[in-house]
Amino acid sequence: MSETMNTDDAVVLAPARSAFDQDWRKIVNWGLICALALIFVSLTDMPDKLDKRVIVEPLLSMGYLSLIWIPIALGNFVTREVVLEGMAQHKKGLRELVAGVSVGAIGGAGLALLIWLLDTRDLSDPLVNWNDALLEVLSFGEGVGYGAIFWILASAGLGLAGGALHLLPAIANRLLFAISLTIVLSASLESALDDISEGFQLEWLFEALFEKKGGLSVQGAIILAVFAIAWVLFLGGQAKRGRAAVAARRELSPTKVNTVGLVLIAVAAVVLPMFLGRLTNDLLTNVGLFLLLALGLNIVVGLAGILDLGYVAFYAVGGYTAAIMTSPTSPGLSPELPWWVAIFVVVFMAIVAGLFIGAPVIRMRGDYLAIVTLGFGEIIRLTVRSDWASGFTGGAQGILSIPGADIVGIATVKGTDPQQVLYLVIGFVAIAIYVSWRLENSRIGRAWMAVREDESVAEAMGINTVNSKLQAFVVGAILASFSGAIFAAKVGSVFESSFKILVSIVILVIVIVGGMGRIAGVAAGALVLVGILGGPNQPGLLAEFSEFKLLIYGALLIWMMLKRPEGLIPNVRRSRELHQDEFLQDAWLKAQADDDDDEAVSGEAAPA
Amino acid sequence: MSERLLDIKNLSVTFGGLNALSDLDFHVDKGEIVSVIGPNGAGKTTFFNMISGMVTPTSGDIIFRGESLLGLDPNQVTARGIARTFQNVRLFANMTILENVMVSQHCRTKQGIMGALFQTGGFKREEQEIREHGEKVLGFFGSRLVGYRLNQPASVLSYANRRRLEIARAMATKPEVILLDEPVAGMNPKESEELTGLIGKLRDEWGFTIVMIEHDMGVVRDVSDRVVVLDHGETIAQGSYDEVSSNPAVIEAYLGRPAEEAS
Amino acid sequence: MTTAMRSKAAPRTGVDWFLTFLRVLLSGLVLFGLSAFLLQQIDPGNPLASAINPDANRLSWDAFQGLVISGLSQGAMYGLIALGYSMVYGVLGFINFAHGEVFMVGAMTGMITSNKLFEAGVWEDNFLLAILIAVLVSVICSTVTAVVTERIAYRPLRGSPRLIPLITSIGVSFFIQNTSAVLLGPGAKSYPRLPDWLRDDIGIGPFDIEGKKLLVLVVAGLSMGALWYLVERTKTGKAMRAVAEDKEIASLMGIDVDRTIVTTFAVGGAMAGVAGILWGILFGSVTEFTGFLPGIKAFSAAVVGGIGNLGGAMAGGLTLGSSESLAPQLVLEPLGVTGHTQLKDAVAFLVLIFVLLVKPTGLFGERLSAEERA
Ligand SMILES: Nc1ncnc2c1ncn2[C@@H]1O[C@H](COP(=O)(O)OP(=O)(O)OP(=O)(O)O)[C@@H](O)[C@H]1O
Ligand SMILES: [Mg+2]
Repeated sequence: MSETMNTDDAVVLAPARSAFDQDWRKIVNWGLICALALIFVSLTDMPDKLDKRVIVEPLLSMGYLSLIWIPIALGNFVTREVVLEGMAQHKKGLRELVAGVSVGAIGGAGLALLIWLLDTRDLSDPLVNWNDALLEVLSFGEGVGYGAIFWILASAGLGLAGGALHLLPAIANRLLFAISLTIVLSASLESALDDISEGFQLEWLFEALFEKKGGLSVQGAIILAVFAIAWVLFLGGQAKRGRAAVAARRELSPTKVNTVGLVLIAVAAVVLPMFLGRLTNDLLTNVGLFLLLALGLNIVVGLAGILDLGYVAFYAVGGYTAAIMTSPTSPGLSPELPWWVAIFVVVFMAIVAGLFIGAPVIRMRGDYLAIVTLGFGEIIRLTVRSDWASGFTGGAQGILSIPGADIVGIATVKGTDPQQVLYLVIGFVAIAIYVSWRLENSRIGRAWMAVREDESVAEAMGINTVNSKLQAFVVGAILASFSGAIFAAKVGSVFESSFKILVSIVILVIVIVGGMGRIAGVAAGALVLVGILGGPNQPGLLAEFSEFKLLIYGALLIWMMLKRPEGLIPNVRRSRELHQDEFLQDAWLKAQADDDDDEAVSGEAAPA
Repeated sequence: MSERLLDIKNLSVTFGGLNALSDLDFHVDKGEIVSVIGPNGAGKTTFFNMISGMVTPTSGDIIFRGESLLGLDPNQVTARGIARTFQNVRLFANMTILENVMVSQHCRTKQGIMGALFQTGGFKREEQEIREHGEKVLGFFGSRLVGYRLNQPASVLSYANRRRLEIARAMATKPEVILLDEPVAGMNPKESEELTGLIGKLRDEWGFTIVMIEHDMGVVRDVSDRVVVLDHGETIAQGSYDEVSSNPAVIEAYLGRPAEEAS
Repeated sequence: MTTAMRSKAAPRTGVDWFLTFLRVLLSGLVLFGLSAFLLQQIDPGNPLASAINPDANRLSWDAFQGLVISGLSQGAMYGLIALGYSMVYGVLGFINFAHGEVFMVGAMTGMITSNKLFEAGVWEDNFLLAILIAVLVSVICSTVTAVVTERIAYRPLRGSPRLIPLITSIGVSFFIQNTSAVLLGPGAKSYPRLPDWLRDDIGIGPFDIEGKKLLVLVVAGLSMGALWYLVERTKTGKAMRAVAEDKEIASLMGIDVDRTIVTTFAVGGAMAGVAGILWGILFGSVTEFTGFLPGIKAFSAAVVGGIGNLGGAMAGGLTLGSSESLAPQLVLEPLGVTGHTQLKDAVAFLVLIFVLLVKPTGLFGERLSAEERA
């Protein structure tokens, strides 16, 4: 942080200090954090287990990627400072490089220590990954000395690179970021891309980019890098301008939507599944089911501000009601209704469940509500599983042989045909998006937002907060129950184990990571998390990650809350609320210049 | 005599032994502007909180147009026609200025979920009316809250404009009575003079009856028909501004009392 | 605040009626179940009793006291964990969801230490020394976990909207749980075999208590006493109470708020560590999920006892533990619910919901600062 503050000028460059005159305590701290992070990741066995997942064929695997990002990131963070308007800024230079390289070197030393310990001690009793395979991966099979020296040097180099990012112009940073993102993303999407390229007869392109045994080829990586550069330099600029224009229009009349974009998405939703293979269709179906859930929870949490941790209960209600209504073998009640009739029963049951769970909790303090809803979720699951209710729900045996979804007698969606199920899911997601959009811009939606902002003021302004919140709860419940009903028809069976608390949490992570209160954000969250990492019981594209995915979910949730609580694609309102300090400061500084009637304010608080 | 709107009878409330308000007797007629004054902690805001249903009185009654308000939820009180502002401005900071005044028409409108989903004619008409009424009340403050401002979040407003928006939000609920809690606090002399004029207009042009808490004696003198003085929860004087301002008890309350009497 | 006031007024809206209905229904079911139980105790063949549940049979004294003792010993652990929830809620006003995992860390590290000591032969030669070391290690590890969590995840969020730290703590909980699964491997891990004198029954009055359960109760009692002394009788405790009442004023009075908050986390963590090792002794094994349900139940215990109220937390734990253990036999079975023990976990949540419906401030009254009551 800078000590000198100059109030006369907006941006002042403080005189450069010598490269070694810096806050060494801070550097050592960050270095130790770096070392701990490297050791932690090594002991989780990610380097070994993910080594098979290649990013660029001979050069880089996910396993090594799990290590190398750490010194880069921390080498960069160590000299990052909060830049406030009107505050002095340091001139960037050797200092950043020295700090970065030191952090990296300390981290590397930590890893070297681990390698030495791996060789000499046996801690495999509590630490299951303490074994030769890990040592082998960390030292490249060349012996302890080689490994240790390699990592100290490599980590120092990476730290240096991280520090050097400060010195590069912004455009270079953007380019590097775009290139790495494109390459890692393409490698992650490998199997999906394979599948898609087949559908579009683009196998030649796929083969040009990827190696046969997995991973991008060097040539492929170069092609993608060039593509990324081109995108940032030419298309990116235009896209950004376009988006800014749209955003500006949104700001003026928030109800207007981008019709062109909407039509494009709609066409893609209709056409794309035809060209996709089994794998991608199935994957997108899972994404869609979770998107449906997340859109529902988004209304409850994002709009009305009710933290419902037992949201899975409504998913279960949907799944079990559909199962009981349609399956010929459901014990107890078995009306064998066609699916489209059953969906009305499902909606009815969701409303009943929403009111039943909602009414007792709705007046509770926000955090009590969270725990009690979580409790309700568990009560429902435990009851469904118990012998007591097994006369209807099949207990631990579940309900089997659920027929596919019959759509008004026009078509039958077989659960075994991923493409048909995907269409069904897309249909319901479209409904959910429409509902969210219309409600948000209505009297009801405004009342929800007011309740979220300040409940007692909303009450004083004439809003019946209890009813408003119940409405949100019930709408959310209905959307979740749709997802459950489709899930039952898709899988053909329901078991209580599909409805654990974990599901609630994963949905919450999707909503939060994506961007609470924003439909596009929630969609992005579902795609990235469920599509790539995988859902609670569903594998994603990075099947190798299944062991680590919940760990990553947890870390992501913490990180998002600390650094970017508004999510990947934030809701404008929300980012204002969460960055209020910065935002107000901004507004205040600007208002200083203008007079009372002209506090002009920039729309975005969060950096891109 | 004009129509009796609000009748406060023997209103008292205690917070864990503290008599925040005791035996307040008081009435407001239609078309009046009544000021409630008193030193800090006298119980003025508590009085408003009781009228608006946010605090339940220990004893006494509040009659509005012949019906008791006791036991009503705040939203029901607002629906009956009593709107309020807050001393420590409490806007919906992340909603736009227009949305702030739109959402407070909630109790005057009734379109539900189905209307919004199917975009019925009734829904669209109502939405149009809500918007027009919202813009109309914002227009009351000149150009400050309209135009490009409409779609800015309330958090970007200056302090004085936030106070104005609070009043607009209360106006938007289409009330009979507006309770203003220190409307000019934190404003500069020019601004408070202007707002004083507007408070008069609220009654003369919009027909609202106004009960106002205010510390600024200039404002109180300029607009009030009657003044009630509270101190330590007790009513120490009522009457016109001139009567009240010359009352020795009031002067004592404001300037302090002899040391032996203070507790 | 307004909730409490409103609930005194007569029911007006549909929601109010429904809540009244729920309260009556739940109380009715409990009373009905209990009376059916009494009828069955008098005579299982009693026509009334057998009409309610034809398979009814009498609960023997032995079985009953066994249930009470296991309920209480489990409840004592809930109580110990609940202290951490209650203190943090009192001071920072948010539910530290990850506190259950702090407890799990205690149980896990206790497992590792005691197995190491077992290998070294200390466990069998000198059990008391071994258990002392294990408790110490557990307590240290739990405390460190709690403090580090506070530093990394919660301190930067102080002053943000209250749901934000709650969501963060869910993330922390997830992270710790899965860290354990990944580092130590998933699944159950057992503690070494306890010495015989802990597995035998000890007679106290009409009760025959298994040694380890007695140990749990005694240790829980001692820890509670120590905590009470710390909070009520020391300067640190006074600072904690001051910070709980009003952070700003406390800091004006020269209290180091950050340090006091760290102390709060540390003390809560230590209690959870003790609970962790007691859990290991009682059940003999631990998994990465050990912390989750007991954690939530312990929070429920804190709410049931009145959040912010330390004695209440312990009492809430005992209440919850014993209802969880007794209700299936005393209420559900007489009502004819089959497989009643499967609903044990559900009972804990039902107790929470019931208490919040009937007395939202908990059985023994909550102690919160004004800002958190809002
Ligand atoms: N909810 C509450 N619980 C306990 N005490 C309260 C509560 N609300 C107000 N009080 C107390 O009641 C007294 C009256 O407060 P009130 O806010 O009505 O004063 P006021 O006349 O509005 O003062 P000011 O001019 O400072 O706004 C104060 O001592 C206050 O601390
Ligand atoms: Mg006041």
